[in-house]
Amino acid sequence: MQWINALVQGLLLGGLYALFATGLSLMFGVMRIVNLAHGDLAVVASFLALALVGGTGLPLWVVIVVTVPLFALLGYLTQRVLLQGSLSSGPMATLLVTFGLSIVLQNVLLEIFSADTRTLDSGSFATSSFHLGPITVGWLPLVTFLLAGAVLAGIGVFLSRTGLGRMLRASSDDRETASLVGADSRHVYGVATAIAFATVALAGLMFAVRSSFDPATGPSRLIFAFEAVVIGGLGSLWGTLLGGIVLGVTQSIGSQIDPAMTLLAGHLVFLAVLAFRPQGLLAGRTA
Amino acid sequence: MTLLSIRDLTVHHGLLRAVDGLSLDLERGEVLAIIGANGAGKSTLLRALAGLDSPTSGTVHLADRDITRHPAHRRVSAGIALVPEGRRLFRSLTVEENLLTGTYRRRPGPWSLERIYELFPWMTERRRQNAAQLSGGEQQAVAIGRALLSNPDLLLVDELSLGLAPVIVRRIYEALPEIVAAGTTALIVEQDVSQAMRVADRVHCLLEGRSVLAGRPAELTSEQVEHAYFGIGD
Amino acid sequence: MTLSHLLSERAAAAVDVRRAARTSKVSGGVLLALVVLLAALPYVVFSDVTDTLVNFFVLVALAGMWNLLAGFGGLVSVGQQAFIGIGAYSVIALADLGVQPYLAVPLAALTCVVFAVPTSWLAFRLRGDYFAVGTWVIAEVYRLLVVRIDALGGASGKGLSGLSGLDPALRGALTYWVALTLTLATVGGCYLLLRGRVGLSLMAVRDEETAASAAGIDVTRAKRIVYLVSAAGCGAAGGVITVSSLSVNPDAIFNVQWSAYMIFIVVIGGIGFIEGPLIGAVVFFALQQLLADFGSWYLVILGVVGIAAARWLPGGLWGLVRDRTGLSLFPVGYHVRTGDVR
Repeated sequence: MQWINALVQGLLLGGLYALFATGLSLMFGVMRIVNLAHGDLAVVASFLALALVGGTGLPLWVVIVVTVPLFALLGYLTQRVLLQGSLSSGPMATLLVTFGLSIVLQNVLLEIFSADTRTLDSGSFATSSFHLGPITVGWLPLVTFLLAGAVLAGIGVFLSRTGLGRMLRASSDDRETASLVGADSRHVYGVATAIAFATVALAGLMFAVRSSFDPATGPSRLIFAFEAVVIGGLGSLWGTLLGGIVLGVTQSIGSQIDPAMTLLAGHLVFLAVLAFRPQGLLAGRTA
Repeated sequence: MTLLSIRDLTVHHGLLRAVDGLSLDLERGEVLAIIGANGAGKSTLLRALAGLDSPTSGTVHLADRDITRHPAHRRVSAGIALVPEGRRLFRSLTVEENLLTGTYRRRPGPWSLERIYELFPWMTERRRQNAAQLSGGEQQAVAIGRALLSNPDLLLVDELSLGLAPVIVRRIYEALPEIVAAGTTALIVEQDVSQAMRVADRVHCLLEGRSVLAGRPAELTSEQVEHAYFGIGD
Repeated sequence: MTLSHLLSERAAAAVDVRRAARTSKVSGGVLLALVVLLAALPYVVFSDVTDTLVNFFVLVALAGMWNLLAGFGGLVSVGQQAFIGIGAYSVIALADLGVQPYLAVPLAALTCVVFAVPTSWLAFRLRGDYFAVGTWVIAEVYRLLVVRIDALGGASGKGLSGLSGLDPALRGALTYWVALTLTLATVGGCYLLLRGRVGLSLMAVRDEETAASAAGIDVTRAKRIVYLVSAAGCGAAGGVITVSSLSVNPDAIFNVQWSAYMIFIVVIGGIGFIEGPLIGAVVFFALQQLLADFGSWYLVILGVVGIAAARWLPGGLWGLVRDRTGLSLFPVGYHVRTGDVR
């Protein structure tokens, strides 16, 4: 029975991984940028929430409503100011810029908040749960899972039903031809980065409520996102969801075997996918 | 009334002077065909007009507006649409989604999705298919539809017949009168000279980036065209 | 004196720049003199100076290996700490088996090559940018596997056996020479490798990968050789770190911070130039010493400098020097004209 329990917990965690990985997938799909600061941005969001909740006493939902649009704006600006220029200098330049950003963010956090491990206290909600037959389901994991699913569905609708969303996918296929139907690639890239940053912020806030974090947590988070993207298949939104769930379930079952196996189990599944199905479980190019 | 006016346009392709001091005018409602051998600078000219390649010198005016330095996406708003060489549909989008990308700038005009489906009726049934699954000729039609949906004043078509069977090419060209009748001016690059002479009001023959022959098809002898095309004589 | 004998041999190899058409004999002579001076240093200065220089040499070697990988092989890795860690642990394990720790350093390089072969099969399945994160995951896997081996000390790490009997001054000097040898070997090794067939293949690949493979160049083979050499160099560097610090900690030795250091040294110095890591390491080291009192702000500054260099100074400092003066100490890479290659 504890195995089914582990499966359910893994599934719920996987939804959050998928939400977190979407931004990485989107930025790579549209701009061919691997954002090495992806994990650190989530941690920045966690600390921002910590400071806002601790400093102003605002309820968490208000913090989310403030932080997510703020990050979207930040994302748009980061793309236009920092990334756009390096795009023309080739993939190495963008990789180095985001890596530099990662180092900067980590160490600024370290200076401001010290290296202490923190948690965001969200009251009794974080620990309350209900029973579903023999399985205990926490409200918080369930809500994060549903929220993540809703956001992913929203992004899916945006990409397939709106003109701008279509243009994001079109730019991902062929940037030059997209400009021939009127897409300003700088704006399209800015929007893609804004969405990526917004989802990263949301995921970071949820991580903050679910588990502890410190300024150096970012890189390991980045690896989760990366694994979810590769397991699911590059450039596919639903692939990323599947990849996140596979990763979450694997980690959860791994920790059931031996708590020290949690991370390793996820990595090994990632390597197995890399070895035997490098195109990912769902190979596609829709986002 | 002049729609497009090109003056002394020079475009470099790397070190090569692909378009060399070219000047030409295009009247509203006209179909102008550019012919010429491989490497004569035809595609580079179209890419420069669409804003993909930037000219070294010279000017381009669209309806008396200087657009020489405008990037590609602003030219779409100004009223230029290019059907690029090789069609270049968005591979992960469906037929209909490909067409709809043309509406991104929301330029007002006669063309709508319904009207494109009237022009190419087979598309209605296949609109949910992935664009990559279409044949070359079908892709070419979608690419033209996509360009038309931006409601351009000036439609640029690059190498329409390249890699397509003659019967398919003829069927696509049958749509051209309707396109022009809707108020669109067309500048087409065509390697198939007889095809170009059939559909165009005027032709320009390019050789090494310069216009070496221009005129109405009826007024040009095939010997003249041949000489201009291969650069013999003079 | 076998060590210094070996040393002078390596030194000769490293400074054999006279073969380069446009490098003056003067700069070769200056380099040789510098090497001799550096080799004699333990006789002249206090051990804290040589200890500091050991760190410097390790950084030069690591950055050189990353430069080989990324700047010449086009393989941007963020996971070379895998081989630093494997090299470090190899020295620990070999010393436990009774091998003299200093001799274990070159053996650690070999161990890394053995590990790098299967690693490359996996990592090479990832293209471009994804290679970077993929190698990082692989490094994490190595760390997680190592901490599960109790004989290697698990998560708390392990001390190095076999050097406790040595006089500290002698030990310091020997470590210094090993570190110097490592640096000279990596610089010289890069130079020789890049002037040979592999270098030629890599340059063709960098210009146009498809054309190069069409012309019969085995692209993957050339990249794999570079990957293995880089793994060996990083492994030896990990070994030097261990004989210098006398212990190993899995979290520290497998830390991605090593990649950060390598990348910034190379980017600031100039990627794709053998001289780049040398000049970059000097700048990095100076920054490190200058900003030591500012805690992690120095990493913030480093990050900003790195971003600025990647963004506005693609050739790094050496690119700047070379553009101004045309100077080239090790003429391989981007700047080799076809005339030189023949």
